[in-house]
Amino acid sequence: MQKMYFETSRSERVNKNLVPKEETIKFLLDYSKALSVIDYNKLKFEALLN
Amino acid sequence: MIENKTTDAQLVSAYMKGDESSISVLITRHKQRIYSFIYSKVFDRDVAEDIFQDTFIKVIKTLKRGAYNEEGKFIPWVMRISHNLVIDHFRKNNRMPKFENNTDFNIFSVLSDGSLNAEKKMIKGQVEEDVRRIIQELPEDQKEVLMMRVYKEMSFKDISEQTGVSINTALGRMRYALINLRKVIDKHNIVLTN
Repeated sequence: MQKMYFETSRSERVNKNLVPKEETIKFLLDYSKALSVIDYNKLKFEALLN
Repeated sequence: MIENKTTDAQLVSAYMKGDESSISVLITRHKQRIYSFIYSKVFDRDVAEDIFQDTFIKVIKTLKRGAYNEEGKFIPWVMRISHNLVIDHFRKNNRMPKFENNTDFNIFSVLSDGSLNAEKKMIKGQVEEDVRRIIQELPEDQKEVLMMRVYKEMSFKDISEQTGVSINTALGRMRYALINLRKVIDKHNIVLTN
């Protein structure tokens, strides 16, 4: 019973120190390096260069 | 240290000019805040990971296209993107509703198995025993018809044939058997509920 009343709410249970996985960050940095936006006649084309 | 001294605006500007390391600093600086924000809405590590990734893919694309106008509002802008993606996620999920088993709502509170638990089995056994004892109090002809009808599940036609009385007599005996059972139950205040 006591446990029920003293349980923190759902939002309070979120650990503020949560961080994304390293591989996600690595993917984003690789994506950023690979993405190239090419301007052609006022048009922008995206190209992923691997 | 570049991470501490350079403002978001400077990093965004440098990234838009082609400095790849700036995006790394921006992500490292804000990853915890953005990821925690997403997780606080979706409560699923994998979904939060996906939304975080999609958020920065949008950020990277927009910055590389030069479509971002820096007004010192980088982090509110990124938060807005992630917020919109969280909404998209819930919209998609609403089309395919699922039950999450968290402490706020437990699916097993509305679903129950039909089988009886130990306590209910005991009560059922006691009730059946009480009914058998009361039946023994009935006059023999009524008891016979009731036993055939209820326990042997015989039709009144078969009962009449076996007991050698008419169907109407068998029906009458059954009727009186039930009336008398109710009387005994009322008289002794017997509770027959499961």
